[in-house]
Amino acid sequence: MHTHVEHATARNPFIAFAARWLLTTNHKEIGTLYLWFSFTMFFVAGAMAMVIRAELFQPGLQLVEPNFYNQMVTLHGLIMVFGAVMPAFVGLANWMIPMMIGAPDMALPRINNFSFWVLPFAFTMLLSSLAMEGGAPNFGWTFYAPLSTTYGPPSTDYFVFGVHLMGISSVLGAINIIVTILNLRAPGMKLMQMPLFVWTWLVTAFLLIMAMPVLAGAVTMVLTDRHFGTSFFQAAGGGDPVMFQHIFWFFGHPEVYIMILPGFGIASQVIPTFARKPLFGYRSMVYAVMAIAFLSFVVWGHHMFTTGMPLGAELLFMYTTMAIAIPTGVKVFNWVATLWRGSLTFETPMLFALGFVIMFTIGGFSGLMLALVPADFQYQDTFFVVAHFHYVLYPGAIFGTMAAVYYWLPKWTGNYYDERLGKIHFWAAAIGVNLTFFPMHFAGLAGMPRRVVDYSLQFADFNRISTIGAFILGLTQLLFLYIVIKAIRGGKKATARAWEGAWGLEWTVPSPAPLHTFETPPDLARVREEEAGFGAPAGAGATLR
Amino acid sequence: MSTRRHTIALLALAVGMFGFAFTLVPMYRTFCEWTGLNGRAALRAGAAPAAVPEEREVTVQFLAQVANGLPWEFRPVEAQMRVRLGAIATTRFYVRNRARIAVTGQAVPSIAPSTAATHLTKLECFCFSQQRLNAGAAREMPVRFYVDKDLPRQVRTLTLSYTLFQVPDAVRGEAGS
Repeated sequence: MHTHVEHATARNPFIAFAARWLLTTNHKEIGTLYLWFSFTMFFVAGAMAMVIRAELFQPGLQLVEPNFYNQMVTLHGLIMVFGAVMPAFVGLANWMIPMMIGAPDMALPRINNFSFWVLPFAFTMLLSSLAMEGGAPNFGWTFYAPLSTTYGPPSTDYFVFGVHLMGISSVLGAINIIVTILNLRAPGMKLMQMPLFVWTWLVTAFLLIMAMPVLAGAVTMVLTDRHFGTSFFQAAGGGDPVMFQHIFWFFGHPEVYIMILPGFGIASQVIPTFARKPLFGYRSMVYAVMAIAFLSFVVWGHHMFTTGMPLGAELLFMYTTMAIAIPTGVKVFNWVATLWRGSLTFETPMLFALGFVIMFTIGGFSGLMLALVPADFQYQDTFFVVAHFHYVLYPGAIFGTMAAVYYWLPKWTGNYYDERLGKIHFWAAAIGVNLTFFPMHFAGLAGMPRRVVDYSLQFADFNRISTIGAFILGLTQLLFLYIVIKAIRGGKKATARAWEGAWGLEWTVPSPAPLHTFETPPDLARVREEEAGFGAPAGAGATLR
Repeated sequence: MSTRRHTIALLALAVGMFGFAFTLVPMYRTFCEWTGLNGRAALRAGAAPAAVPEEREVTVQFLAQVANGLPWEFRPVEAQMRVRLGAIATTRFYVRNRARIAVTGQAVPSIAPSTAATHLTKLECFCFSQQRLNAGAAREMPVRFYVDKDLPRQVRTLTLSYTLFQVPDAVRGEAGS
């Protein structure tokens, strides 16, 4: 992406290349590393999803052994969550946050380098378990005890240390982001003037710091139960396997917001740009994100309604869960209100952002259904749950990321992507997503359990449709890869302000963004004047609030 | 420098949250004991009944099951009994080690419905300690208990169930608290 090589010496060009990427402390280069890593993991875990869907194409055992199927389910979940979605958002944060707040780099550049380079080791450890005797972890990404303690394969220990490394990476990355946002904003930029992507990441980073160490604690307990004679989760020694679920979901629910809040931020950047209107309800957006983050720590019990929880606790968790619909509803309302009477155009980032809003909302509604205790007793552990969380993750987190990639590609590469191919990508992905995941609602309501390698005949039609959709969806992502590479290699040249309606500091630097930007802090008053001269509407842009 | 200060504070928050994961363990235990959930209240010997027995009677049913991997036979000697509230009752459970080696087990009790859990008090129970049985050995184990008179009116039948778990040799002697 950049031809600028800082330490280019007379050395062997391969060593120079490796050293540049291994030792870089530049936020843009580290952002690029994160994004490519995430893209790679997206294809690895996506290939596993293809194995799962191919096996489920028809009832009976066709392609894989049940135990291998369980390994695929486990690794698909773990890698998508920790290897694809989270690093993609961290990569976007690395690239964009310093440019959006007018900072020269991240506040802790060396820690930034370390946070990234821990990840390849973590995932090599996790993936190497596939080649081990006894196979990879096969207990689902939630690694419930005693499946992971008493019955876990020997490779579970690699999983444990892999998760430790991922936790270290995320926590250090989050600390870096918070410190950058708090200390390196351009002089005069108040917190309430920051772009929403920065705001959502600030809140997400706090969630990461508070949730990931709890996950690290849970895997540590699994490790000591396995090898050091403790009985955290073993009833025989005075422990309790249900306690595992409490500890896991105390982490697990904030985790799902870690995977969606930056997506909210992206939608809040993209929609105003292509509606050519300032974001409606900026303040309420910020407060809604904070409210969601707070509530995410008091709803974990809704994953455990059927564990024999007392009625009072079920009611409490049901009400707190349904309360999340209020700030989320505020956000959806604000996005729609931003579109209202806007001068809309439908470039690819806008299509993905609109797809995000509509389909994430579908996932939100099925979430409300699951929040109802009596209904949840029917839905628990069925494909309805699978449909729900894939609707919030695929058209939510992943469409959000894709919207961001298309939106900022001209800034990163200096070239526009191929708009025609981008639109084809969106429509194919939108059809694929709905074809894959919508029938799962019906399969689940009809009683198809999740995490099964075989199923009753009556679910055959729904599963056949899902599998066809999944292969369409998988193939379209190869098109995405092609579009990104094509844009890196050339294309229509982008101006500094690549989009007509794009306002904010990142659009004041040239496209492609030079390796070092804002070495002297921007003068916000001047940027404000210039943006007004270009016809920025009142209230738009990072600097105009 | 505030970068340094913020970094240290946030690192401390992360370390604190790691510690918090472990404090969830005693918190969970305390919560279960306080509410009587999860059979937690039933793991210790209680005090003898204070009041004279009442006329009201309830049925107490007994269940016994063996967790995976423990080669024991385990059943209640009588399936159920009628007890007067506040009166001490005694029943027995039969257990036999079918393995050719000595094995240690730990019984974990549970009481249903959960609203009744805090009202059944055990004075003597084999679940208070680990049980070690030699190869082929059998034993009848007594339970002395009473149901107190504050039992909610709508409860007419209680179930006292035990699950026997094998205690790995590594943790023998430290469990059963």
